[in-house]
Amino acid sequence: MPPAVEARGVGMVFGRGAEAIEALKDIDLVLAPGDFASLIGPSGCGKSTLLRLIGDLATPSAGELAINGKTPEQARLDRDYGMVFQSATLLDWRNVKRNVELPLEIMGFESEARAAKAQEMLALVQLEHFADHYPWQLSGGMQQRVAIARALAFNPSLLLMDEPFGALDEMTRELMQQEVLRIWEETDTTVVFVTHSIPEAVFLSTRVLVMSSRPGWISDEITIDLGTKREEDTREAPRYFELITEVREALRRDERGKA
Amino acid sequence: MTERDDIIHETHETSVVTAFEGAVPVDTRQPSPIRRFSSRYAPAVAAFFTVIIVWEGLTRLFSVQSFILPKPSEIITSFVETSSTIWGAGFNTLIEAASGFLLGTTLAVATSLAAARWVGFREGMLPMAIALNATPIAALAPIFNNWFGLTNPFSKTGVVAVVVYFPVMINTTRGLLEADPAELELMRSLAAPPTEVMRRVRIPNALPYFFASMKVATALSLIAAIIAEYFGGPQDVLGQYIVNRAQLFQFPDAWAAILVASLIGLTFYALILVAERIFMPWHVSMRRS
Repeated sequence: MPPAVEARGVGMVFGRGAEAIEALKDIDLVLAPGDFASLIGPSGCGKSTLLRLIGDLATPSAGELAINGKTPEQARLDRDYGMVFQSATLLDWRNVKRNVELPLEIMGFESEARAAKAQEMLALVQLEHFADHYPWQLSGGMQQRVAIARALAFNPSLLLMDEPFGALDEMTRELMQQEVLRIWEETDTTVVFVTHSIPEAVFLSTRVLVMSSRPGWISDEITIDLGTKREEDTREAPRYFELITEVREALRRDERGKA
Repeated sequence: MTERDDIIHETHETSVVTAFEGAVPVDTRQPSPIRRFSSRYAPAVAAFFTVIIVWEGLTRLFSVQSFILPKPSEIITSFVETSSTIWGAGFNTLIEAASGFLLGTTLAVATSLAAARWVGFREGMLPMAIALNATPIAALAPIFNNWFGLTNPFSKTGVVAVVVYFPVMINTTRGLLEADPAELELMRSLAAPPTEVMRRVRIPNALPYFFASMKVATALSLIAAIIAEYFGGPQDVLGQYIVNRAQLFQFPDAWAAILVASLIGLTFYALILVAERIFMPWHVSMRRS
């Protein structure tokens, strides 16, 4: 089985000439199927850019990038990606159920198959009673869960999440993290998760990739050995705090290295 | 905070709690529809009658001549007495306005879809359309009479169609193009072909723009039809009736005909509002208020 994500010397430059900005430089990265990898770093370190390159929303200016052994474009055309953005990006004119059905409609599924799948996905994110509601009737956390249901509706092998819980309050955020972990366990999706919250990265991930800025590169990698079963207790485990410290120190090291 | 914000806010809060405690849909209670309707429209109705009463009072008090401003009572009398004539004329004008409206809107939507789909077409056509939109198109009326003949209904319908075309086309095109970039990116991530993006994102996004421009176009279509009629043609239409009665110093009759035009315009506008409710029940403007 090819790696879920394989990057070799990937670089990204925006603009050209004197105004060119080097957003990413020499990114080497291999993610195995089933990994839950978090990209963490200060604002402007290029973590969202890297996610966009993986998802073929932009094309790298240097290096090689392979997704499931294919080009990112081919992977996108094969619908290997489910994406969740910082804003839920639900279509206002569709109710919850039809928002979840959107990918399936585009893929040409029959309406019964779509309805069944949407029902299953809404059960997964515990919103089955809200199928007929419109996005504006839902809270931010619920909207984001609909977005997750939509992203998973067509069983993509990769789930790309760009600060999905950034706009949520702390309590909702922790509940959402639990949901994502449960979904990740129930499906066999590889997750790439962009965040700037250290506890969030540690709680969720199997691997935390620490990025530093200008140009953005992966300065450290920390394996999170908290096991696969993580619950609210995990947030109080000594090992959890050790790992948080480790990630924080890795982030500080980068800042000091530059200063 | 307005009442609407309050309601949404409440819904929001309740949902968060119920969602995590077994997920039960939210019920937002509303005052009875009749009470809401009356409290919402009472000020407008009161203002309307006040204006009529003040108008009547002032014209009586200062003995204003009817060729300057007739009394509302005179207009109403004429409106009742000449009703079959003015409604007949109104109907003929409505036919011109409505067929021009349909023609103009159809062409506008077709152009907008092409402009949203093909960049070259858009870049070639839009600047010219915007320039033409700034031209007072009703001035074309005598030329249309010349092209199609004074008695040919298309002389009027054509002017209406051209007048309606530009605002609808420009606004609908903008709505199609100004789809949320995040939604377009979502469609890209789903490898959606352009026709799917058009159908599922761009067209729904353009509907509010389309309906807003149609509302403007209802009034424009009647204005264009009546102005086109001023330049001559069949007599049993509002424009000619108003011109003729004014020349005979029968001003209350002319005002009664204007009242007919205004009632037709309002009905037309109301029809678009109904269509809007049917086609975009999801829109912000339709949420309970």
